[in-house]
Amino acid sequence: MNKTDQILLIACGALAREILALKAANGWDHLHLHCLPANLHHYPDKITPAVEKMVAERRDEFADIFVVYADCGTGGMLQAACDRMGIRMIEGPHCYSFFEGNDTFAALDEMTAFYLTDFSVRQFDAFIWKPLGLDRHPELRDMYFGNYEKLVYQAQLDDPALTKKAKACADKLRLPFERRLTGYGDLSKAISNN
Amino acid sequence: MSDEDEIILADLDDEELVQQMFDDLYDGLKEEIEEGVNILLSRKWIPYDVLTKALVGGMTIVGADFRDGILFVPEVLLAANAMKGGMAILKPLLAETGAPRVGKMVIGTVKGDIHDIGKNLVGMMMEGAGFEVVDLGINNSVEKYLEAMETEGPDILGMSALLTTTMPYMKVVIDTMIEQGIRDDYIVLVGGAPLNEEFGKAIGADAYCRDAAVAVETAKEWMARKHNNAKSA
Repeated sequence: MNKTDQILLIACGALAREILALKAANGWDHLHLHCLPANLHHYPDKITPAVEKMVAERRDEFADIFVVYADCGTGGMLQAACDRMGIRMIEGPHCYSFFEGNDTFAALDEMTAFYLTDFSVRQFDAFIWKPLGLDRHPELRDMYFGNYEKLVYQAQLDDPALTKKAKACADKLRLPFERRLTGYGDLSKAISNN
Repeated sequence: MSDEDEIILADLDDEELVQQMFDDLYDGLKEEIEEGVNILLSRKWIPYDVLTKALVGGMTIVGADFRDGILFVPEVLLAANAMKGGMAILKPLLAETGAPRVGKMVIGTVKGDIHDIGKNLVGMMMEGAGFEVVDLGINNSVEKYLEAMETEGPDILGMSALLTTTMPYMKVVIDTMIEQGIRDDYIVLVGGAPLNEEFGKAIGADAYCRDAAVAVETAKEWMARKHNNAKSA
């Protein structure tokens, strides 16, 4: 591998499939993906140290590193760490925003929407239902979701099977269902800049 | 479990019962907690002691185990729900018996934020610690906070946010308080998952509280300072 043009993408595991799809579709062979566990999403305070550790371990192997996490609940800590380390990261508050397109998402102003992506639809039980304890204690539903008014499925792929599953997730959470085909949104553009 | 193994709460002496209530709270058993509260009251315990010795004592263990990564959010919510059941019985009695009041807090999530789990836990623990809590609910504008401060006259303003996009609104509230010359009339505590101590300082809050137990301790400390300052003034 010629280090001079190779770039490491340190990404959230919830984006692995999408990044690999973009990489394959565009022939971005110089990009190398290393994912951190998607369940860090549940512990945002662990994201920044995990990224810092990965950068320290692998930065000598690559010409550059791009972090494919948005702020993701780190409260600006991840951006500050990236600035310190001299590396870039994707813009936006979270993946729901950059899938929609950060500007579009901000303009939507959907405070009471709960979002699912292709990843969280596929992994709904393992990633949402069980970690929130709803499999064991469905009575907690109102404490978690009582203030939400709809579930928005941001579809990356136009897949009827996933849409059906997303609708079932909305039913399970007792929320009205809405689907928007976002595609990869700003993710594609951000990765293409590398 | 056989009938022989079943614990009859009414058969336990006070010390055993409180210990059992700690376990029941830990396991989120609301009905058992309600029963335990009623038993202690029937034994002539004063409501304030039931609250502090049985319920708050139990929730303190839950809080510590949450911080240490032994318990997770679902278990904490179940415990909180059980405590809420006990509190519902005690609240009117506490009002009647004139329990000591440590201070008063107005609390709410900031504009644009509907995530109230943390705010609700803080509110409940603050009540348990003897604070009067005025819960403004979710999605509060600066005007709503200011109005509540004027009408309720709290010692403490508590603001909560879960989103990176909504947490800067806390600064809008504090800056408005400064503009109106009322900032120093209140203790301002902030909390929420994406916040940290640095952020709390940067926006001009008095303290960032990482969880409900810390919020209670911080509130007590600041109330003590306030009293000391008032005495020395």
